[in-house]
Amino acid sequence: MYDPTVARLTYRGLLGRRRALILGALPVLLIVISVAVRAFTGTDDQVAADVLGGFALATMVPIIGVIAGTGAIGPEIDDGSVVYLLAKPIKRPTIIFTKLIVAIAVTMAFSAIPTFLAGMILNGNGQQIAVAYTVAALVASIAYAALFLLLGTITRHAVVFGLVYALVWEALFGSLVAGARTLSVQQWSLAVAHEVTGGDLVTSDVGLATGTVLLIAVTVVATWFAGQKLRTLTLAGEE
Amino acid sequence: MTTLNIDHVSRWFGNVVAVNDITMTISPGVTGLLGPNGAGKSTLINMMGGFLAPSTGSVTLDGQAVWRNEQIYRQIGIVPEREAMYDFLTGREFVVANAELHGLGKKAAQKALATVEMEYAQDRKISTYSKGMRQRVKMASALVHEPSLLLLDEPFNGMDPRQRMQLMDLLRRMGDEGRTVLFSSHILEEVEQLASHIEVIVAGRHAASGDFRRIRRLMTDRPHRYLVRSSDDRALAAALIADPSTSGIEVDLQEGALRIQAVDFGRFTALLPRVARDHGIRLLAVSPSDESLESVFSYLVAA
Repeated sequence: MYDPTVARLTYRGLLGRRRALILGALPVLLIVISVAVRAFTGTDDQVAADVLGGFALATMVPIIGVIAGTGAIGPEIDDGSVVYLLAKPIKRPTIIFTKLIVAIAVTMAFSAIPTFLAGMILNGNGQQIAVAYTVAALVASIAYAALFLLLGTITRHAVVFGLVYALVWEALFGSLVAGARTLSVQQWSLAVAHEVTGGDLVTSDVGLATGTVLLIAVTVVATWFAGQKLRTLTLAGEE
Repeated sequence: MTTLNIDHVSRWFGNVVAVNDITMTISPGVTGLLGPNGAGKSTLINMMGGFLAPSTGSVTLDGQAVWRNEQIYRQIGIVPEREAMYDFLTGREFVVANAELHGLGKKAAQKALATVEMEYAQDRKISTYSKGMRQRVKMASALVHEPSLLLLDEPFNGMDPRQRMQLMDLLRRMGDEGRTVLFSSHILEEVEQLASHIEVIVAGRHAASGDFRRIRRLMTDRPHRYLVRSSDDRALAAALIADPSTSGIEVDLQEGALRIQAVDFGRFTALLPRVARDHGIRLLAVSPSDESLESVFSYLVAA
């Protein structure tokens, strides 16, 4: 199911180019914000939860998910180099699964680790806030990576669609329309985070069971569908 | 020995028919797929390589379906036309990765790099390669698993004459080894120099098939030009022009020869020696003056 060569090519494609700079920019920004907030307001659990919930989980994690998820396959399909993977006796779902693992690992590394560091800087993991948001970032990384990998497989405009989902749907509609919040990776991962803290600092619009089921369902269905799409991927060529 | 069968294959994109009911068999040896740009060559090669489903018809390799059958790539090597190829890797890393994806190791990769004579630049990043070097590394990546069918889409594009000759030698060698090699080109001299067998595609249709002299003979309705020298050019010209198989004769005084345009190939070839004998004229030389692929091709494109 996992092909180390596909993984190596994907890692190098993801981390070798300008994409690595973009991937690194948001975590650096989060750390800078955290240091500044800590310096100006001192330790405050509510502020820590606001920064981690409002910036780290609501903005940084999905954007990194978009970059890593779509970047794990989109550019190869775009420029046609995916042909070197497809012209091999390797099962298409293996290619997708391997790329998913890489996308998850990269999203986790660039989102969960900085989230934890920021939480430690903000309030030293008081009330388990750092750990809770780190767990939320970890589980969200899985679902985002799967979702955006699928987007990268089915459309050339995956980054645009991904950002629209992450920023417009989750951030904007999520804050305006209650229903949109139920269908949001962010809320599902918050449900898991809520379980970690137990308190009211981290809350979600969905229950733990619903959140978990939806996270797993989205990941599995998106990955399966991406594998199917790759099986019948048409390389249009220049004509 | 591997044979690729294309059976009544059509492919359309929306309202545009890119490939129209093509049936052909690609046998061991070197086959050239010839046609102008936009004729449907790439679409056809993509279907042969299993990257595009035929709208109707089937493509099979020794009886096995090519579409949605990744195991078929154990036998197929593909050299795509597009340039992109993991430019952030070195040539060696790229070929090694391709070997690994076939379940092979560094040894196979090194052998393939040696075959295309790219060892001297194997540790440079692909992004620094010239077009010809890229082409050769692509070739190496297609050869690592020693495929019995090799598909190449416009392989000579952008190559300098020396590189072109090297690649032609290599493909000729592959063909002689009994592999099935198919390459597409819109450049006539390439096909003429390399392919023992030619398939011509024009506007999505299979226009002709065979060695190119045979293709030419098949098209008896097109004008054929001959250069004829004889003991009495003017008398021969007068006798020939009386027959409807000849549409024009020019007496080329400088060359000391007749330039004859024949419209009925079969009839003219029978007529010429008979007329000469009847009139007691000696034929000194009869040669087709346009036996180049160019003329066949331009005729096909115009038709």
